[in-house]
Amino acid sequence: MADLSVKVAGVSFDNPIIAASGTFGFGREYNEFYPLEKLGGISCKGITLKRRDGNPPPRIAETPSGILNAVGLQNPGVDVFIIDDLPWLKRQNTTVIANIAGNTVEEYCQMAEKLSETDVDMIELNISCPNVKSGGVQFGTSCESVGNITSEVRRRCKKPLIVKLSPNVTDIASIAQSAEANGADAISMINTLTGMRIDIGTRRPIIRNNTGGLSGAAVFPVAVRMVWQVSNAVKIPIIGMGGITTWEDAAEMLIAGASALQIGTVMFSDPYAPIKIAEGLNDFLDKNGIKSVTELTKTVIPW
Amino acid sequence: MKYDVRQLRLISNDRIADGIFDMRLEYGQDDLPVSCGQFAHVYVPGKTLRRPISVCDCSNGELRLVYQVKGEGTRIMSRMQPGGLADVLVPLGNGFDVQKGKKYCLIGGGIGVPPMLFTAKQCDSPLVITGFRDSSLVILQDDFKSAGAETALVTDNGTAGKKGFVTDVLRERIGEIDEVCACGPTPMLKAVADICREYGKPCQISLEERMACGIGACLVCAVKVRKNGEELMQHVCKNGPVFNAEEVVF
Repeated sequence: MADLSVKVAGVSFDNPIIAASGTFGFGREYNEFYPLEKLGGISCKGITLKRRDGNPPPRIAETPSGILNAVGLQNPGVDVFIIDDLPWLKRQNTTVIANIAGNTVEEYCQMAEKLSETDVDMIELNISCPNVKSGGVQFGTSCESVGNITSEVRRRCKKPLIVKLSPNVTDIASIAQSAEANGADAISMINTLTGMRIDIGTRRPIIRNNTGGLSGAAVFPVAVRMVWQVSNAVKIPIIGMGGITTWEDAAEMLIAGASALQIGTVMFSDPYAPIKIAEGLNDFLDKNGIKSVTELTKTVIPW
Repeated sequence: MKYDVRQLRLISNDRIADGIFDMRLEYGQDDLPVSCGQFAHVYVPGKTLRRPISVCDCSNGELRLVYQVKGEGTRIMSRMQPGGLADVLVPLGNGFDVQKGKKYCLIGGGIGVPPMLFTAKQCDSPLVITGFRDSSLVILQDDFKSAGAETALVTDNGTAGKKGFVTDVLRERIGEIDEVCACGPTPMLKAVADICREYGKPCQISLEERMACGIGACLVCAVKVRKNGEELMQHVCKNGPVFNAEEVVF
């Protein structure tokens, strides 16, 4: 039995497998499949300062080896999360990451302040949601805006701060450097790639929001490339995600430069995927005589 | 644990009408705690999403799913061979609330007809009104009769049953009915709900929306409802698929 535990910005995870924000709600539903303590952690559904109802449906379209989604951050608001969901989550013996999104920098700061007074383990700054009209990805596509929001939130946040990056940018490595220089404790990446599908009969986009975020196996090679590039550009740890479907993908993402992983879209076909991936990683480490999963991180031997 | 993925042996998977297939799965000795109007989430090899299919019947060790081939996923389903295993997440969602002693009218339109069969089996001699585009799509008429239901069949062009819409029959018969349950295309459900409101009859409707997780975690299958005067987004998979028609904002 290898040691699967990892530390990201001083926070311990029993294994590197974290449920990805937006695919897992606040954990209650998947807890009806397996106890959440089998996961290293949970990144909760993105929360906003006030309740949001999200976009009108359809919110999803299937694509080759993936999906497009445009939920639009439906959530009950940070106060309801803190009162109704967080106490329950903290009893599940897993590491809890709160994912926050706002319309303005001030909203992000207010949420960070509120969550700093709770038992949440880490805060993930969602500046990469492509499916909301204001806020979201608008903060995440230039070095200047990423630097600004990171430093503003950092000043008012007492928890370890993860900045979640959008892949819809020209140079993700420089954006990651800007987050690091302004106080990010970790990077998580990648959020979804903006995409679109059209019904050729009605000539209407399948998603009511017209565009959506592409996730699933289709984006995995893009995610691996970007994690590798960012790992060469920053010293802070990276939580890698984007289309991880098998334990082999998980190992690959760690080798590319990730210290922990988030698993999302694959859950929709196999709810047990995170558990299987953790078990597969353990077997891989055992077979190769590797004592700790941390020994895989950034061991790629580039040409 | 409330949910589990089941590996069910495929007994048969036959074409029963134009583009409509009848999949029967063996669930063995133990009871499968399915109630009418609930759905099964079927894994399709090679696809990112499962396919949500309403339960057509569940008795004598057999789970029956009648589905339409709409795209690549359901096409792959239609080629699944008897003897093989299907990976199915079932039962999911909240079904129809039916009680003995009431006179029900069950309405199905097109591929919304299958869940009304299992529902008919839970009712005392219901009136089942089914509507289809044309005769090539008509399904399950004998099954409804065997279940003790009175059936009324309509098609848009009159090639089977009467020419007309399910709502024509509903208007004629509504005086003798206590409650309506319906599943079908949204315009049909809205028309049925309007008639029920006009006559003061309770109406439950089963909705469909593009879905991912099936359990209420991912929030994609949104439906707008009105509760206590306030509009909010609920989800077909977890709050539904069956809703009180009065609460749905069409």
